[in-house]
Amino acid sequence: MSGKLDPKGGGSVFSRVLRNQIFIPFAALLLLALFNLIADPSFFAINLKMNSAGSYILSGNLISIIDNGSELAILAIGMTLVTASSKGQDISVGAAIAISGSVLLRVLCGNDTRPETIQAPIIVAFLVSAVAAMCFGAFNGVLVAYFRIQPMVATLILFTAGRSIAAWINNNELPIVPGEEFTYFGGYIPGCPLPTPFLIAILCFVLTWAMLKFTNIGLYSQSVGINEKTSRLNGLNPELIKLTTYIILGLCVAVTGLIKVSRLSTINYSVIAKDIEMDAILAVALGGNSLSGGKFNMAASILGAYVIQFLTTTLYKFDVQATALPAYKAVVVIVLVVMSAPVVREKISRLTKKIRSPKRTAENQA
Amino acid sequence: MKLKKMLSMVVSTVICATLLAGCGGNNAPASTTKAAEPAKTEAAAPATESGKKIKVGIINNDPNESGYRTANDKDLKATFCEANGFDASFAYSLKNDEQITAAQKFIQDEVDYLLLSAADTAGWDGVLKDAQAAGVKVILFDRTIDADPSLYEASIVSDMAKEGETAVEWLKGQNLPKYEIIHLQGVMGSAAQKGRSGALDATAKDLGWTIVTQQTAEWNAEKAQQIVQSAIDSNKSFNVIYAENDDMAKGAVAALDKANISHGVGKDVVVMGFDCNKWALEELLAKNWNYDGQCNPFQSSYIKDIIDKLEKGEAIGEKTIIMNEKGFDASTITQEDVDNYGI
Repeated sequence: MSGKLDPKGGGSVFSRVLRNQIFIPFAALLLLALFNLIADPSFFAINLKMNSAGSYILSGNLISIIDNGSELAILAIGMTLVTASSKGQDISVGAAIAISGSVLLRVLCGNDTRPETIQAPIIVAFLVSAVAAMCFGAFNGVLVAYFRIQPMVATLILFTAGRSIAAWINNNELPIVPGEEFTYFGGYIPGCPLPTPFLIAILCFVLTWAMLKFTNIGLYSQSVGINEKTSRLNGLNPELIKLTTYIILGLCVAVTGLIKVSRLSTINYSVIAKDIEMDAILAVALGGNSLSGGKFNMAASILGAYVIQFLTTTLYKFDVQATALPAYKAVVVIVLVVMSAPVVREKISRLTKKIRSPKRTAENQA
Repeated sequence: MKLKKMLSMVVSTVICATLLAGCGGNNAPASTTKAAEPAKTEAAAPATESGKKIKVGIINNDPNESGYRTANDKDLKATFCEANGFDASFAYSLKNDEQITAAQKFIQDEVDYLLLSAADTAGWDGVLKDAQAAGVKVILFDRTIDADPSLYEASIVSDMAKEGETAVEWLKGQNLPKYEIIHLQGVMGSAAQKGRSGALDATAKDLGWTIVTQQTAEWNAEKAQQIVQSAIDSNKSFNVIYAENDDMAKGAVAALDKANISHGVGKDVVVMGFDCNKWALEELLAKNWNYDGQCNPFQSSYIKDIIDKLEKGEAIGEKTIIMNEKGFDASTITQEDVDNYGI
């Protein structure tokens, strides 16, 4: 964010904040928070309660938001990178989650759908599912990078076939994972009052931060997204970079799959993570990132994901009629997306400049 | 460069082709091939003579769609097998136009009976008239269509409204001191949602039950969990969860567990589900849930009955046959019920 004070005057700091990409999702978050504060302040109450496993956990709407929004935030990381480098979005992430979740269950449960104990350590199962998800990510990546197929068309293949593949992995059965341990990933680790999905998300954020800070993947994927030819002339390998971003998204999918499956210890491949691809793309758009590639702001995307969850929870909280729910969501989304469009942002900041400039001259005179 | 371009073009064509094939993979064209072979040799004469197999064309929705559909498909395959004197061909699709194409193909193949679970209610008149002209008898199962009843012999359906009424009747019989209900709805507008919501809405209005939260979780466990979580976070008081399918009941229970709210027989919250998945009935057996309503996927015995009658030239009484559907109570369910009715 624009932390440094501009010596020339307060007005430009303000407009710089306005122009900063993260401003829009941040403002949306504040707006939603303000709405809830006015409508019902108890929305923000957080209590320490005991769960049925006997350990104390925090509960409240805010906790639910960081809990349920985490999967989307993790996906938004990968989706942002993919969008930046390949100028398009992966619409197969929901189906890919179904696949990686099915692989996870298959390894954990073996051939039995209702085993007494888990058949493999959870970490092994997760690694296998991660490899599977990254393979599918690589499949998409190869189609996009090397065969130059439009990302949306390339990922349409997995979008169509993914859930059937997931069904096939478990022979069309719905296995149930036994034991408490597996529920920790989507629930609570005994003794820790914060929901595990949020902790996993924090870990992912830190890793992403480190990746963007210490490697060039962020810079490279942006430059490939802005101009592929120039990047090539500067010695980059655009294909490889695109492929890498899709594989990273695959890893994000595997983490999300782990959390989703762990929440209920089972999978319903036809509805798990349904329509999550659209929410993930929306998170990227809400973050003010251009969906046609190029520059991105990771923090804004992540914040965008939590904004979406904040909105969902708010709508549930106020018992919006089931039939009207999508309409309400659509209205808010339209407002947010229009607000975050670069053109509109530029206009707003220019407008505020105009309003502030007479003031400044008045101050200077005094 | 040129080579690369060519290569990418070729590959993209191949991919497009596989994509298209993928869309149609599970349905009509691929699976009707079996019907085409015997059609050449057999004459148009109906297969009523003894020793000859009865040819059936079955058009169903994709068995991967849900546990219900999987059980339904298995049941049909078990009944209309060669050992029972049937020569059955199957076509699967969730799309109406593909189903209609499959039906036309079956008519060309001169099947004796066309069994149909339509994806959509509209658009069937033309093809059913063709069937009638070709002497193919049509039996609808699971779903009704908007067509003249004279175009089909019988329709075997679940009455979703009756399922809802059975469940609500059971709930009424529990004589709870108060009724504060969280109502988790299916995808809005689906037949199951309408029937199951309708019964609860009507009774709640008549008897003054409070519906604390009424929201669609779109048959989805995760969404159900979030909705119930939100009700708990807002300190709403409730003692009944009426979920319109088992998945949503499961999601709701996960939220209850998180908040240390007891549920099941003799506990704080009454949990109700629908569809009778095996794992759900096991929850009933363990007394973690209270009620599960059946949505009977086993239509094949009813269909076979009708075919037998038609073959013998007997008349069929009612055109619309509503199947028997049970509701299971956790306090009376047995392991046998789980084995027999779990899907």
